[in-house]
Amino acid sequence: MGFDVIASFMTIVGLSTPILLAGLGEMITEKSGVLNLGVEGMMLLGAIGGFAAGVLTHNPWLAVVCAAAAGAMGGLLFGVFTLSLNSNQTATGLALTIFGTGLSSLLGLSFTGMIVMPFGSVFPVALARHPILQIIFGYSPIVYFALIMVPLVAWFLRSTRAGLILRAVGENDRSAHSLGYNVILVRYSAIAFGGAMAGIAGAYFSLVITPMWAERMTAGRGWIALALVVFAGWKAGRLLVGAYLFGVLMWLELFAKAGGFGDVLPVAQIIPSQFWAAMPFIMTVVVLAIISSRDKGGDNAPACLGKPFLPTG
Amino acid sequence: MRLKLEKRREPSMAMVVVTPILAVVLTMLIGIVVFDAIGIDGQRAVVDIFLTPLLASYKWQDVAVKAAPLVLIALGLSVGNRAQIWNIGAEGQYIIGALCAAGVGLSVGSGGFLIMLAMVIAGVVGGTAWAAVPAWLRLRFNVNEILSSLMLTYVALQVLGYLVGGPWKDPNGRNFPATAPLAPDQGLPILVPGTTIHLGVLVALILPFVFWAIMARSVFGYQIRVVGAAPHAARHGGFDSRNTVWASMLIGGGMAGLAGALEFSGILHKIDLGFPSGYGFTAIIVSFLGRLHPIGCLIAGIVLAVTFVGGQLAKTTVHIPDSTAGIFQAMMLFFILASDIFVRYRVRFTSSRAKPVAGE
Repeated sequence: MGFDVIASFMTIVGLSTPILLAGLGEMITEKSGVLNLGVEGMMLLGAIGGFAAGVLTHNPWLAVVCAAAAGAMGGLLFGVFTLSLNSNQTATGLALTIFGTGLSSLLGLSFTGMIVMPFGSVFPVALARHPILQIIFGYSPIVYFALIMVPLVAWFLRSTRAGLILRAVGENDRSAHSLGYNVILVRYSAIAFGGAMAGIAGAYFSLVITPMWAERMTAGRGWIALALVVFAGWKAGRLLVGAYLFGVLMWLELFAKAGGFGDVLPVAQIIPSQFWAAMPFIMTVVVLAIISSRDKGGDNAPACLGKPFLPTG
Repeated sequence: MRLKLEKRREPSMAMVVVTPILAVVLTMLIGIVVFDAIGIDGQRAVVDIFLTPLLASYKWQDVAVKAAPLVLIALGLSVGNRAQIWNIGAEGQYIIGALCAAGVGLSVGSGGFLIMLAMVIAGVVGGTAWAAVPAWLRLRFNVNEILSSLMLTYVALQVLGYLVGGPWKDPNGRNFPATAPLAPDQGLPILVPGTTIHLGVLVALILPFVFWAIMARSVFGYQIRVVGAAPHAARHGGFDSRNTVWASMLIGGGMAGLAGALEFSGILHKIDLGFPSGYGFTAIIVSFLGRLHPIGCLIAGIVLAVTFVGGQLAKTTVHIPDSTAGIFQAMMLFFILASDIFVRYRVRFTSSRAKPVAGE
């Protein structure tokens, strides 16, 4: 197998897209002061929700909307427990992941072996299938959506009134509350957005990467998305860079499995494929070590992250 | 009428005990309703998952064998959870523990008490070492231990895949990725003849009481409780928070490694790609359902083991997948976490006209 730059680049884009989407959603959630560790569970809910809708309606666009709704429902469930019932966010997030894994497996049972209608291309076929220009025009609409969301999220946080309130709630919930903002409502909205984005990220697995349903098909990417938010220092631009760096790492595994190193770097062939599969996770830890020690406890982290809020009086 | 929350002066002991039971009962009730709604015989499913394994004596050995690793891992995790140190990588520590035990067992090839002991110690050391990485990263580089311990679980899975598919692959195993089985005299002794109940079950039955004694009576136990409940007071009291991080991670890892070694040498006797069973994650639920108390972990471990065994049962009786038990387990965790509010707060219904009652 020769080294195909265009195909490789397109694979990397595909691998980066779900963690970028889920990371953007989680970043908004965390900016409001809520740590939702249930990203993996919400992704799986989105993956099965989107897949089921795709099978039933034959409409990939509707499928993505349903995936977002399924993910948001997962997020709202988390919100009911952590915001309204004041439960521990860390443990509730884990519960959400276990719940999403179980529920998606149960629901997925009746969809095993089915396939969904793929997305048509957004751009004219001449561009989308062009041997070289497909590197720009040849992706699923979800990829472009993710890329558009990066500046949108950045703009929302920096320049809108709603974004300012969201950040205020995340930095100092008591002050925001005394200024008359509804802390709980803001956090519910942020969690729902995070859930919807995770749901779309999940749908990318079940509708685009493999248009089939498989249990636990998101394979731990939700956790990488969580690490990505820390890596990005809660900034949308850095999240984009991080997502693509991790995309390259994940691509290395596929590249190694396909024997790609045989042509480029014969020495690397003696490295077992499991090493490359573990690489994104090892690098996540290494990168977290570099980022976390430099930021001295995460200066950028929202001050109220993970802390419960109970309005008194 | 309006609802009002009043902070209790101290957590309600009655609620600490009652709420886990309520969480289980509520889960069963919701299970019946939801399953009926999606066209499965809900009552049958819930009875099979929660009750049949307890009522049918031939299922008791399965429950005991499944409860052992859950109880052991949860005991270790409870120490960390109490101190608000979150080790969610117990699954990886469990895998590495089992691999270390397998390494010793397979390389020696013969049995005997000392070899068994060496395998178990290797498991504990392996699990501890795997958990030491997130502890060190947290203290040295301020890395969030939730993420790092979980990432290492994925790395552990690849280590397992590499070993059983490569250097440790059984040469007589028809090219199947699995280690050679342990020699018959290398496995842990069976306690009840004719069953699968092995020595590890007894260990899991005794250790909760040891942990209880340590947590209730020693300075260390006190330190863990204070650090979790009142970090500021702990600092003023001169407790070193670094030691707490080390202790909670290492104990969590050591117990997970122990569970992995016992599971390998007690029941499975070889390691293949199906070895990771999610015990490390389920044990988090056990720890919370048991209210982070050693004896609570013992009881909650049995409850969760019942749902595992019952889930297998329901697979054949009402044709629902294994993962259904996971939904029930998550629901129990949701409810137990939500019920914390009743432990720490008193819910009062106050009439809007009446003056609030002063004091207690």
